[in-house]
Amino acid sequence: MEDEKKIAAFEAKIAAGNKIEPKDWMPEAYRKQLIRMMSQHAHSEIVGMLPEGNWITRAPNLRRKAILLAKVQDEAGHGLYLYSATETLGIDRTELLEQLHTGKAKYSSIFNYPTLTWADIGAIGWLVDGAAIMNQTALARGSYGPYSRAMVRICKEESFHNRQGYEIMMHLAQGTPEQKAMAQDALNRWWWPSIMMLGPSDDQSPNSEQLMRWKVKMESNDAIRQRFIDRTVPQADFIGLSIPDKDLKFNEATGHYEHGPINWEEFFEVIKGNGPCNAKRLKARTDADKKGRWVRDAAVAYAEKKKLKAA
Amino acid sequence: MTDTQWPVWEVFVQANPGIPHKHVGNVHAADAEMAIQNARDVYTRRSEGISIWVVPANAISASSPEDQGSFFEPSNDKPYRHPTFYKIPEGVKYL
Ligand SMILES: [Fe+2]
Ligand SMILES: [Fe+2]
Repeated sequence: MEDEKKIAAFEAKIAAGNKIEPKDWMPEAYRKQLIRMMSQHAHSEIVGMLPEGNWITRAPNLRRKAILLAKVQDEAGHGLYLYSATETLGIDRTELLEQLHTGKAKYSSIFNYPTLTWADIGAIGWLVDGAAIMNQTALARGSYGPYSRAMVRICKEESFHNRQGYEIMMHLAQGTPEQKAMAQDALNRWWWPSIMMLGPSDDQSPNSEQLMRWKVKMESNDAIRQRFIDRTVPQADFIGLSIPDKDLKFNEATGHYEHGPINWEEFFEVIKGNGPCNAKRLKARTDADKKGRWVRDAAVAYAEKKKLKAA
Repeated sequence: MTDTQWPVWEVFVQANPGIPHKHVGNVHAADAEMAIQNARDVYTRRSEGISIWVVPANAISASSPEDQGSFFEPSNDKPYRHPTFYKIPEGVKYL
C-alpha cells in the first residue's frame, strides 16, 4: 500500500519531466536496471580505450598522435563520470570493477573487434563514436539525474571524437589507391559491428513498457539504428566509400534507408564472450588491475603517513 | 590491507572569476592533493575552470528529500518577503 503510493508519486514526477535524484525514493527494479545499464556503459568506456590505445605509438604523425591521446583520455574521463554516477545508486566502484573482471558485467560488443590498420582508428571515431552519440543523446533525456547529466557532458565531448575519425577516413579516401583501399577495408569490417552495437532488433528485445515509462530507456534499438544509418550513409557517399551492404537502398516514400539482414548470430556470440578479442580485452583489464594494486596501496599508505605527520 | 578504489571527494569548479564554485561530480583519490589533480584531469580538460575545491564526500551533510515539504514550508507562507507583495500607487517612482 505504502509502496503503491510511492510508486505513483515516483511515476508522476517522471511523467512531469522531473529528474530522480540519488536520495529520492525509487523502486528497486529501477535502481537495479540503472546499475546494470550505467555500469555496462562505464565498462564500455574504459575497455574502449584498449583497441584505440593500440595505435597511439603508431599514429602516422604528431598531430594524429596528440588527437588520439586526447580522445582516449576523454574515454577514461567518460568511464569515471559514469562510475561515479553509478556509485550514487549505492554500489561502489570496487564492486563494479570486480563484476567486469569476473565477467559478470558486460561491456559493448564492439570493443571485441581488433584494430588491424590505422584506418580502423578512423572507422572507430566515425562509426563507433557516431553510433554511441545516437544512443547517448537519447539517454541524456533519461529520468535519472546523475546519468542524464553525465550523458550531456559526454555528448559534448563525443562530437570531437566523431569528427576526428571522419577526418582520418576522408584523408585516406582522398589519398593513394592503397590508402583508399585501407579506408574501404576498415569500413567493410566496422560497418556491421557498428550497427549491431546499438543492440538486438526490437522483435528480439521487446522494450519493456515499464523502462520506457520510467525513462530508463528512451527509444527502441531499431529507431536509434535507423537514425544512425540515415545519417551515416550520405557521409560515406561524400568521401567516395561504399557501405558494405548490397541490399542497402533509400526508400523515397519513407525517407529512410533500408538495410540488409543483420547477422545476429555473430552479435550474440560476441556478447557470450566468443568474439575475436574478448579474452584479450579482459586480460588487459585484469592485468592492469593487478599491476596497479601496489600503486593504489602505496598512495593510501603515503596519505596516511602524511596525516600522521600533520597531527 | 584490503584493495581500495580510494575515498570519494566531491568536486566544485569555478568556471570564471567572480562566480560561485559549482558542484560538477566526484573523484576517487588517496588524499586532497591527488583529488585536486584528478579533478583537473576529469572535469576541466577543456578549460572549464579556473579554480577547484574538493571535499571528502562523507563530510557533506544534506537535507533529506522526504522532508522537503515540511522543511522548506516555513518560507512558503511568507509572501510579504517579496517586493511584489506591496501595492504601490501608480506614479510613485524609484520604489
Ligand atoms: Fe566515450
Ligand atoms: Fe568517444
